[in-house]
Amino acid sequence: MPEYTRLIYNYLRHDKKFPHVWCPGCGNGILLGSLIRAIHQTGLTKDEIVLVSGIGCCGRLPVYVDFNTLHTTHGRALTFATGIKLANPSLKVITIMGDGDSMAIGGNHFIHAARRNIDVTAIILNNSIYGMTGGQYSPTTPYGMRASTAVYNSIEQAFQISELAVTAGASFVGRQTVYNARLLDGLIEKAILKKGFSVVEVVTHCHTQYGRQNKMGSAVDMLKWQRDNAVPVEKAAKMSPEALEGKIITGILVDKELPVYEEEYNKVRAKAKGLS
Amino acid sequence: MAKMTYRLLQGNEAIVEGAIAAGCRFFAGYPITPATEIAEGMSVRLPMVDGTFVQMEDEIGSMGAIIGASLAGVKSMTATSGPGFSLMQENIGFACIAEVPCVVADIMRGGPSTGLPTNPAQSDIMQTRWGTHGDHPIIVLSPHSVEECFTVTVKAFNLSERYRVPVILATDEVVAHMREKVALPPRESLEIIDRLRPTVPPDWYIPFEDNSMGVPPMSAFGDGYRYHVTGLVHDVRGFPTSRPDEVDTLIRRLHRKIDKGLGYIQEGEYFLMDDAEVAIIAYSSVARSAKQAAIMAREDGKKVGVFRPITLWPFMRKDVEEILKNVRAVIIPEMNMGQYSREVKRVDQGYARIITLNRVDGQVITPDDILRKLKEVY
Repeated sequence: MPEYTRLIYNYLRHDKKFPHVWCPGCGNGILLGSLIRAIHQTGLTKDEIVLVSGIGCCGRLPVYVDFNTLHTTHGRALTFATGIKLANPSLKVITIMGDGDSMAIGGNHFIHAARRNIDVTAIILNNSIYGMTGGQYSPTTPYGMRASTAVYNSIEQAFQISELAVTAGASFVGRQTVYNARLLDGLIEKAILKKGFSVVEVVTHCHTQYGRQNKMGSAVDMLKWQRDNAVPVEKAAKMSPEALEGKIITGILVDKELPVYEEEYNKVRAKAKGLS
Repeated sequence: MAKMTYRLLQGNEAIVEGAIAAGCRFFAGYPITPATEIAEGMSVRLPMVDGTFVQMEDEIGSMGAIIGASLAGVKSMTATSGPGFSLMQENIGFACIAEVPCVVADIMRGGPSTGLPTNPAQSDIMQTRWGTHGDHPIIVLSPHSVEECFTVTVKAFNLSERYRVPVILATDEVVAHMREKVALPPRESLEIIDRLRPTVPPDWYIPFEDNSMGVPPMSAFGDGYRYHVTGLVHDVRGFPTSRPDEVDTLIRRLHRKIDKGLGYIQEGEYFLMDDAEVAIIAYSSVARSAKQAAIMAREDGKKVGVFRPITLWPFMRKDVEEILKNVRAVIIPEMNMGQYSREVKRVDQGYARIITLNRVDGQVITPDDILRKLKEVY
């Protein structure tokens, strides 16, 4: 067994009946591999990790891995994560959400978790579509693209997830494509180790729904599209807005030190007890 | 004997003290009249006892956060009123199916919608029972005095821990905002129940396996028992399933664990009921008027008593049936269009005449209101 396969194998739940629910060629599996490698690199134990998801294709991700895992209601992963983290700050809480999950139904929770700066890592799989329900347009479907609820093409403007996270006050924000899986490993590892609210936007593909409806080809074609359109943030800084149109800016967008909620709350406890 | 502490408290404040005494160490909430004092009180009290208070962005988030905290092993609660309670319903269902203990205080105000924010009502009785979708059992308790706000809150936590269910503490604006002298029992005299935790080695732990009580031991995240929690219908290991036999087993166990505990869960007060010819069935603040009405009626030689269910759900069918068989009429005054009385009528097999008294004008039901109604039968 190759080293990579062995590593991932060690983190999977073998009493769960595989195969998984994802389509062949889906980027969710790449992210899962990346997440496992990143967690392994951090040295955190399986018992210390809580993996929390919402609803959608990626909502099924935690069930396959041998951590403390929680599959919540649609859009609410961050609220459950907030409770877990505040109840037991020694746990490392990671949420997995999709673009519809985190930006539409859970959009409010997302900006407030960022503003509060809870020490939680939010991984958002952005495939620009509601995949599980059959390809309806999402808050990140670009203007003019087709979806099963936008057969005359979408007339809405797309959210920029990472830019929204920066504005909402997250301590750490990074974006990467599943094509660049090795770079994604490192980005997720940094996010997990960061104290404070960290966001990793993972640009992925849904060839089954989004790709099919927009004639973007196979999973491989869509991965190639990611490769050809990803621009590292350092390079993007020297490019004009026109040249960046339709590009995916990758890398670390923000990495700053901010007061973390749990640490601030310890000050509240001290005040309440009259200790300070 | 340990000494009682006497304090002048508001109903909402007594709920805070009851929760702290029961071991609640996490509160997530969102401001809403007439429940806000609970959040305010918790924000002051919890950090004193190494607990955590967080004000969430809405009631949906509050409910999610308390479920998360409970999964991490900490007793948790939230408090709200009608509009916020509506927002919590989806996650209350999650707590039902994933069997996560937690307490939700619903301080009822007039509805529907924004309704009458500062006026009392009892209009959420059916919502506490059926607010979340799907077949599910639920426990709803209703205190009628400030002192009971303390004791019933303790009981709410105990039941939620014992049966791994969300427990709704439903009372109305009158009880929540009223101030009374209360006797708080010393901590050591209180019965405090904590959830059963697994004692087997982690690889033997089957998180949703049936047992004689129907309540599997619950491990906290981080305890070394890594398992899966989901809102999907799941098998005994917690993994999603749609196998008919596994689905049926889970849904029936969730009901059975409550059915088996009815004797422990259900509690009611019988007031002047021994020789009663007419019974008044009332709960929360209306029960106070009902008791006064019974006293006044007896001064006129009318044998009137009061049955006050503290446990609103599961419906106290046995008690109610027994009462219906022993009186000639039952008056059910409610600050709604007849939500609890529907249940009484449902179990009445022609035993007694049932008279409803409904006020939906945002005003309390007075003893006089009830006495006027009594004239129809006495």
